Amino acid sequence: MRLTLKAAVAVTLLCVATACGSSDSGSGGSSDGLNPPDLKAPTKLGATEGQVNLIAWAGYVEDGSNDPKVDWVSDFEKQTGCQVNSKTAASSDEMVKLMKTGQYDAVSASGDASLRLIASGDAAPVNTALVPNYRDIFSGLKDGAWNSVDGKMYGVPHGRGANLLMYNTAKVTPAPTSWSAVFDDASTYKGHVTAYDSPIYIADAALYLKATEPDLGIKDPYALDQKQFDAAVALLKRQNANIGEYWSDYLKEISAFKSGDSVVGTTWQVIANLTADEGAKVRAFVPKEGSTGWSDTWMVSAKAKHPNCAYKWLDWIVSPKVNAQVAEYFGEAPANSKACDHTSDKNFCTTYHASDEGYWKNIAFWNTPIEQCLDGRTDVTCVPYAKWVQAWTEIKG
Amino acid sequence: MVLLTRTAGALHRRPRLRLSLLLAAPLLWLAVLYLGSLTVLFVSAFWTTNSFTSEVVKVWSTANFRELFTTPVFRQVILRSVGVALAVTVLCAVIAFPVAFYTARVARPRWRPLLVVAILTPLWASYLVKVYAWRLILSEGGLADWMLKPFGSSGPGFGLTAAVLTLTYLWLPYMILPIHTALEQLPGNLLDASADLGARAGRTFRSVVLPMVLPSVAAGSIFTFSLSLGDYITVQIVGGKTQLIGNLVYSNIELNLPMAAALGTVPVVVIVLYLLAMRRTGALSSL
Repeated sequence: MRLTLKAAVAVTLLCVATACGSSDSGSGGSSDGLNPPDLKAPTKLGATEGQVNLIAWAGYVEDGSNDPKVDWVSDFEKQTGCQVNSKTAASSDEMVKLMKTGQYDAVSASGDASLRLIASGDAAPVNTALVPNYRDIFSGLKDGAWNSVDGKMYGVPHGRGANLLMYNTAKVTPAPTSWSAVFDDASTYKGHVTAYDSPIYIADAALYLKATEPDLGIKDPYALDQKQFDAAVALLKRQNANIGEYWSDYLKEISAFKSGDSVVGTTWQVIANLTADEGAKVRAFVPKEGSTGWSDTWMVSAKAKHPNCAYKWLDWIVSPKVNAQVAEYFGEAPANSKACDHTSDKNFCTTYHASDEGYWKNIAFWNTPIEQCLDGRTDVTCVPYAKWVQAWTEIKG
Repeated sequence: MVLLTRTAGALHRRPRLRLSLLLAAPLLWLAVLYLGSLTVLFVSAFWTTNSFTSEVVKVWSTANFRELFTTPVFRQVILRSVGVALAVTVLCAVIAFPVAFYTARVARPRWRPLLVVAILTPLWASYLVKVYAWRLILSEGGLADWMLKPFGSSGPGFGLTAAVLTLTYLWLPYMILPIHTALEQLPGNLLDASADLGARAGRTFRSVVLPMVLPSVAAGSIFTFSLSLGDYITVQIVGGKTQLIGNLVYSNIELNLPMAAALGTVPVVVIVLYLLAMRRTGALSSL
């Protein structure tokens, strides 16, 4: 009898949990692969709703509460009457999860989240004609494989950055020119090699194999069939023996390079700058094989309760002055071509290669690996992201 | 007022009603929040996720548990985690015993409370501050390297050893305190009697002190073992590339909640087994 009571309690609890969970699984989320539901973008904007709820990376929505000098939200609120409520997310996966709640109007999604949001019907297509500043966005960022489907834009590009190879100039000699420094030649600095702690890092290994093992036929590091994937995973398992630590918290990487615990590994431009500022002898660059990178896109929720304010925000965040401010604060290349006139450091856009499309040609932006190969192959199926996550656990051992 | 008196009277006449009203709130707390969430954890471990959108699909399946037992990396991480928890527990016991012996029996009585306070002070500092301090100590050219340099060796660097050391430091007070209490309560005349009967110090320790203090060591070990088994932050900061169960749960929680739940049941089961083993020593009654 007691057991049945317990079971009843469990069932009740389950129902509660289920009801909470299922309220948002409305549109087409259950099918595998990229078959976005047919959602319509608005054709004209209405009156603003008085507030907007955003999900953003740290440093993207600053209202002066972190640093009184860093504030591009207050003016937005004054001009549009839209009160900004922002939630900082720590990872792409968290962003996806938060968007599913339906409580947010817009999100600054990276390429490894955006496709997932499109596929599940959580992000709506964006009518770029309603975002006046969209026309000044660098063409390299428009209609990317990570932010559009069938020529339909699902957001407004925010900015981009490359994953660089950073090394300690005092301890790593001769200066590396290739990613082999962290793969085939990593044993030279055994125990002092670092790598980005995320399944998406498998693409870095694939990018290296694309250049060094042409027999594998890798075209796109995010579209790997089983054989290519296994080769990348095997390479990373060999790399693991030489890794000192993986990083995902950028402060941890800065401290590791400062102390010398890490001497070579992947990084972002902003981390390289901060590490150099703190007195460490480091250099960061794009190796000859090219590199992976990230490109963030502001997307509007399909369930947005404040779509008009969300569109106003999209236009505001990519307006030349604000885009310059946020790019400079975060340390990334701005998306708006006119932003370069507004940076406080006049060399900023040169340092970050903002307008150097040739530089970005070598960058494979983060994307969500899916079963339908992103490089257009139809004779094989590719390894989906869920398998990347599993493999990443196995690589770390 | 009348109502109040009447209610009081009714409650006085019905002791069972009184008791159930008294216990309702804490029992509800225990059943719903604690056992309830454990049940949800266990049940959701049987669900699956959509491989692309990571949405939880409520289809009953034992695939997660099968994967848990058949995937070599999971087995390896589980064994490593239990190994770390045991190593931390043993190290804590070995260090705590002499310290507690000093604070409880050797030090002058007026100093004893002060020493206990000194042992407890690290607990007042933030966990993160202490772990980051250890990161500095163990980093390249840090305090550990500097101290070991004259002996021709260097610090352990970040890794499994560093994680065990740091966890030992973190949980040591939880081991010292119960041992200190047990040693303090040890009747002095038993030691005298042992000496009168001709036992040397070593013999007294083995035959008198140890059996009486052992339940307290076991009690302390429950803290050190379970706290180490659940930890994932320390290992992230000083563990280098090491993964423990907590890290696996953390890395699965966003994308594959059912798998995270399946992994989460492992420490629960291990700790239940550990508690059952410790109950035999009488540790639970000396907590």
